[in-house]
Amino acid sequence: MTDTKLAHELLSDMIRVRRMEEKCAELYSAAKIRGFLHLYVGEEAVAAGSLRALADDDAVVATYREHAHALLRGIPMTSIMAEMFGKQEGCSRGRGGSMHLFDASKRFYGGNAIVAGGLPLAVGIALADAMLQQKRVTACYFGDGAVAEGAFHESLNMAALWNLPVLFCCENNLYAMGTALEREHSQTDLTVKAASYRVPTLAVDGMDVEACHDAAQQGVDHVRDTGGPFFIEFRTYRFRAHSMFDPELYRDKAEVEQWRQRDPIRSFTQQCLRDGTLSDADVRGIEDSAAAEIEAAVAFAEAGTWEDVEDLERDVLTPPSEPEPMPEPAR
Amino acid sequence: MKTSYRTAVHDALRDALRDDPHVVLMGEDVGRYGGTYAASKGLLEEFGPDRIRDTPLSELGFVGIGIGAALNGLRPIVEVMTVNFSLLALDQLVNTAAALRHMSGGQFSVPLVVRMATGAGRQLAAQHSHSLEPWYAHIPGIKVVAPATVEDAYGMLAPALADPDPVVIFEHVQLYNTSADVEALTPTDISRAAVRRGGTDVTLVAYGGSLWKAMDAANELSLGGIDCEVIDLRVLRPLDDDTILESVRKTHRAVVIDEAWRTGSLAAEVMARVMEGAFYDLDAPVARVCSKEVPMPYAKHLEQAALPQTANIVAAVRNLFGEQQ
Repeated sequence: MTDTKLAHELLSDMIRVRRMEEKCAELYSAAKIRGFLHLYVGEEAVAAGSLRALADDDAVVATYREHAHALLRGIPMTSIMAEMFGKQEGCSRGRGGSMHLFDASKRFYGGNAIVAGGLPLAVGIALADAMLQQKRVTACYFGDGAVAEGAFHESLNMAALWNLPVLFCCENNLYAMGTALEREHSQTDLTVKAASYRVPTLAVDGMDVEACHDAAQQGVDHVRDTGGPFFIEFRTYRFRAHSMFDPELYRDKAEVEQWRQRDPIRSFTQQCLRDGTLSDADVRGIEDSAAAEIEAAVAFAEAGTWEDVEDLERDVLTPPSEPEPMPEPAR
Repeated sequence: MKTSYRTAVHDALRDALRDDPHVVLMGEDVGRYGGTYAASKGLLEEFGPDRIRDTPLSELGFVGIGIGAALNGLRPIVEVMTVNFSLLALDQLVNTAAALRHMSGGQFSVPLVVRMATGAGRQLAAQHSHSLEPWYAHIPGIKVVAPATVEDAYGMLAPALADPDPVVIFEHVQLYNTSADVEALTPTDISRAAVRRGGTDVTLVAYGGSLWKAMDAANELSLGGIDCEVIDLRVLRPLDDDTILESVRKTHRAVVIDEAWRTGSLAAEVMARVMEGAFYDLDAPVARVCSKEVPMPYAKHLEQAALPQTANIVAAVRNLFGEQQ
């Protein structure tokens, strides 16, 4: 690694996500955050590496384990935290919560808690881009569990059939909730399934942030150059429970411990210090700044307000007074 | 000019595609085949395969793609071959299209139009014949319409496309071959019910394919001196309570006709609203005529016996006046 700026960004991205989520777990125990809370701890290299390869006007479709993607696409931590608290200052006005973070201004399309539910959506977004001749990429994140859903197969088929600009990012953390990969898939090499639809594929070590970034860059370049889809399998691991309700009966502690040895943040930090790309002071600076950001985010969420119950039924349909969003000009 | 319902649907699609380059039609066999009910015949030739997009048999996928495309600047009209097949896409319609605006705190409206055929009468048996409109009408976040006339078959598409939220259009299969004399086809509205026949003695509330059975019943009953007012719901969600209640307050009696199964039907909802809004105006309990609670049988006599018929409607009305059959 010679690119100091990129190394700093990647490490900072991962640390911001990790520390934010550790705080979320704490706030969950304190009953400030409720509902489902799916933490990304262990998988940070995937979001950090891949999202850095996107341009600002590319679109992102994510899952219910999307805090990292939301934050790293530029949704302020303050409004993410307020959303977790259910406050109306949240990025979804408190209507979504942890699983449904949205930001139209960032082209961040959520936060979909139906496994594989985001895939057709991403293909549709890409269809519009293709037909309106926008050279933009839609990055679609989903897990290994989604690959067993019909929506995955229908979406890859149509994305390939119609040559649409989707970067399919499979975050394979080896478990669909509590069901191990080999107990859910007859073919455990997920790239084979994507390749069967004639979508070009890559598999990458999802614990290595640089490898994730390189793979994503390759994928994004392919999608932008050809206008067609690309599939990346990020092989990663979730260190914590599926959600806060999960007693983790389905996997050995030893297995988790083994993966923890490959913590993407620790290994990348060590590597950067070893080869001199970053200094101790750099790392300390990143940690300090993340801590300050989190403190401000929690304070913002605490100070946030509850939406008036009289507004309960708003935003079910678009109010007549609101002008409909004007589509982009046709070719 | 004599115009068929099928032609009206076709012309509405053609005009929408001509008027706005963002409109695309996608679905199974909408292109080369010309549409299962021939509603999109010739459109592929005029607008090309990008805008008249034949899809694989992937209802979940292509309805979801329609949602994504709608979010990102296109105005997709997604055709699902029949309501029974739409169950494969229900996840995308309910969990995404209907929920997205609310779930995102008002950031993402989904200007999607979904058309599908519904209803029985063609001996297509238990997987092609049902009326599941009430299920859709249950869902906040979408609008549901059922054009019953040639005018509405044409006229409802433009306002559906102009609507910023998802609109589901149900076309009853028995209507495609019906015709009417119409002066000109123009956009209508997707907000109000319509009084199709004025009357003073009883209100018949119907929609879609059942409207014409209700009209026939009204004609027959008029010979016996019972003057029926017939309301075409047109919009199944949100229901136009005012038009229904205004009529019932005048006639003091109501019969609701719904081709869906009786339990949990739209008829049940209309009856409940009449009870809530006009109970003290009623001279008799509100009655309903629905489909029998069986998966639709194939044999013609059984299928006909399962469906609401003009004779059942006539009997239900007479019963309200104490006349036994």
